[in-house]
Amino acid sequence: MKMTSLLVLAAGLAAGVATAAEISGTVTLNGNPPAEKAITPLKDDPNCGKLHSSVPTTKFYVVGADKGLADVVVMLKNVSGKSTGASAKPVVLDQKGCIYTPQILAVQTGQKLLVKNSDPALHNVHTKPGAGSANKEENRAQMQGGPDLPFTFAASENFLKFQCDVHPWMFAWVTVVDHPYFAVTDKDGKFAIKDVPAGKYTVTALHRKAAPTGLDKEVEVSDAAAKVDFVLEVK
Amino acid sequence: MSHASSTSRGVHAFAVATAIATLLLIAVGGLVTSKGAGMAVPDWPTSYGYNMFALPIHLWTGGALYEHTHRLWASVVGLMVVALTRWLGGRASRKPLAWIGAAELLAGLLMVTLWPSLRGTGFFLSGIGGVVLLAALVWIRNDAASHGLVRLGWIVFVLVQVQGLLGGLRVVLFKDQLGIFHAALAQVFFVLLCIIALFTSRTWRRHVSHQSSPLEQGAVGMPVRAGSRASRFAILATTVLIFIQLLIGATMRHQHAGLAIWDFPLAHGELWPATDPESVLRYNQQRVEISSANPITPFQIHLHMAHRFMAVVILAAVVYCAGTLWRSRRLGESSHFAARCSAVWLGLILAQVGLGIATVLTHKAADVATAHVVVGVLSLATGALLCIFTFRSLAFSMRAPFLPGDARRFTGRSGVTAGASQR
Repeated sequence: MKMTSLLVLAAGLAAGVATAAEISGTVTLNGNPPAEKAITPLKDDPNCGKLHSSVPTTKFYVVGADKGLADVVVMLKNVSGKSTGASAKPVVLDQKGCIYTPQILAVQTGQKLLVKNSDPALHNVHTKPGAGSANKEENRAQMQGGPDLPFTFAASENFLKFQCDVHPWMFAWVTVVDHPYFAVTDKDGKFAIKDVPAGKYTVTALHRKAAPTGLDKEVEVSDAAAKVDFVLEVK
Repeated sequence: MSHASSTSRGVHAFAVATAIATLLLIAVGGLVTSKGAGMAVPDWPTSYGYNMFALPIHLWTGGALYEHTHRLWASVVGLMVVALTRWLGGRASRKPLAWIGAAELLAGLLMVTLWPSLRGTGFFLSGIGGVVLLAALVWIRNDAASHGLVRLGWIVFVLVQVQGLLGGLRVVLFKDQLGIFHAALAQVFFVLLCIIALFTSRTWRRHVSHQSSPLEQGAVGMPVRAGSRASRFAILATTVLIFIQLLIGATMRHQHAGLAIWDFPLAHGELWPATDPESVLRYNQQRVEISSANPITPFQIHLHMAHRFMAVVILAAVVYCAGTLWRSRRLGESSHFAARCSAVWLGLILAQVGLGIATVLTHKAADVATAHVVVGVLSLATGALLCIFTFRSLAFSMRAPFLPGDARRFTGRSGVTAGASQR
C-alpha cells in the first residue's frame, strides 16, 4: 500500500514536471526607427553631468546586430490571478548616473520593487499609473545615500511610469503582471518564459514605442519547448 | 507735495511692485511646468521634510530649484498682497484682518491637531493666519482708499491665499486639474493687481478728476470717446478670447505630453493632422522625447490645433481693435492714451504669435515656452486694462483715492461719493 502510494506520487510529480515547458523566441524590428537623442539636460546638470564622460542618449529602440529588439515585455495574455509576487525575490530598479537602470522591467502583482539611489544626488521617485489604473500614484523623495524605497503594485498594468521630477529626463516603465509567465527581451531581442504549464496561450509582445498595445500570437505548449517569434514594425 | 499725493504715489508704487512681483512669480511658475518640475518636491508646505524657509542650499538642485524658488517667491507675493490690502483698507481694515488672521490661525491649529490628513493645509493656514494678524497689528492710522479699491484689495487678499492652497494641494493630491486651475487663477489674480495699479495711478486720477477736451467731458471726466461702442465690445470680446486661449494653453501644458505637433506651419505634414489610431501610433513611434512625456493622444492634437486657430482669430481681433482706436486717437488725451495702449497690445500679440511658433520649432524649449506664458498673461492684462479704460459702467467707485482735501473716511457703508453724482 505504502509502495503503491509512493509510485503514484512519483508518477504525478513526473507528469507535472513533464508538462511545464519553456516558451522562447526572438523579437525583431522592421522599419527605420528615429535616431536616439543626446540627453543634453543631463550633461548640463552640475550634479549629474560629472557622472558621465560623454553625453548619454535616449534608449527607445535598442536594436541588436540581427535586428533583435531589446526591452520588449513578452507575456502570456489569457492568464490571470496566478501571481506568486508575494513570495518572489524583490526586483531592483537603480538610479545610477541620473538614469534609471533598467529602463524597462516587469514585476508581478504583490512583488516588491526596490528603488535604489546609487547617485551622489537627491532624486524623487514618482510613480504615475495610467488613467483608470487601480494602482496608487506615489511620490517620495530619496536623498543621496538614502535607504532603498519599496514599492508593490496590486493591479496589473502595462508600462506604469516611474519618473524623477528633479531630473525630468529620468524615467522607467514597469509592467505589472498578475502571473509569473513573462520575460523582457535582452540586447539581442531574445526571451524565454520558463515553467509554463501545458496548454494553448496567447502570447503578447509589448514595446513602449513599437507596440504599446501589444502584438499577439497563439502558441501551444506541450511537453516540449515552444518557440514564437515576433516582428514589430516602425512606420 | 501734499501728504495725500505722496501717500497715493506710495500705494501706487507698491501696487506696481506687487504686480511686477506677481509677474515674476508667474514666470517662475511657468518655468516649473516647462521644466517638468511641478512634483520635484513631494511634500507641502514642508520641503523634503524641512521648514520651507530652512531648506539646505545643497538640496536646491535640478527641478527642486525651480519648484522651491516658486514656493518661496509665492510667500513674498503673499506678504506683499496682505500689506497692500492693509494699505488700501486703511486703519479700518485692522479689525477685519485681526478676526480673519485669528480665525485662520485657529482653524489651522485645529486641523494640525485633530485631522492628520489635513496637517499640510493646517500648517499653511496657521502660517497665513499669523501673517494676517501681524498686518492687523500695524498701527499706522492711514485712511482707506475708495470703496472700489478697498474691495479689490480684499478680493486679491482672498485669491492669493486660494492660490497658495491650490498650488500645495496640486502637489499632495496628485491632481493635474488643480494645476490647470492654479495657472488660470494666476492670470486673473495678476489682472486684478494691474487694475489696482491702474486705479492708484496718476494717469487714472488725471482722467477721473479733471476734464480736458470738451469731447471728453462726461461722468467724472471718464473717457467717453476712447473708442466707439462697437470697438469697446470688440476689446472686451477679444480679451475674453485671450483668456480662453490661456485656458487652452494651460490645459495643453498640464497634459505633460510635450508637443503634440512639432512642425509649423503644417501639422504632421498636413493642414489638419490625421488623428486615426494608426497615425497617432506613428507620431508616438517617431517622437524621441527627452523628458518623461506622456504619449500623444488625439485629444491633445485637437487641442493644439484649436490653440493655433484661436491665435489667428485673436491676432485678427487685436488688429481690428488697435486699428479702430488708432483712427480715433486725435479726439483727446484719453483716446490718444487708449490708442497707444492698443499699439502695445498689438505688439504683445505679435510677440506672442512669434513665441508660439518658436515653442514648436524649438521642441518646447523651456525658456521659450515660459516666455510664451509671460507674454500671454501680459496680453490678457493689457486687454483687461484697455476694457476698463474704454468702458464706463463698472460697479466700483471710480474716484481717485487720495485727492487733496479728501476727508472722507471709510465707514464700511456703501454710499454715494462726492463725485459720483456726475456719472
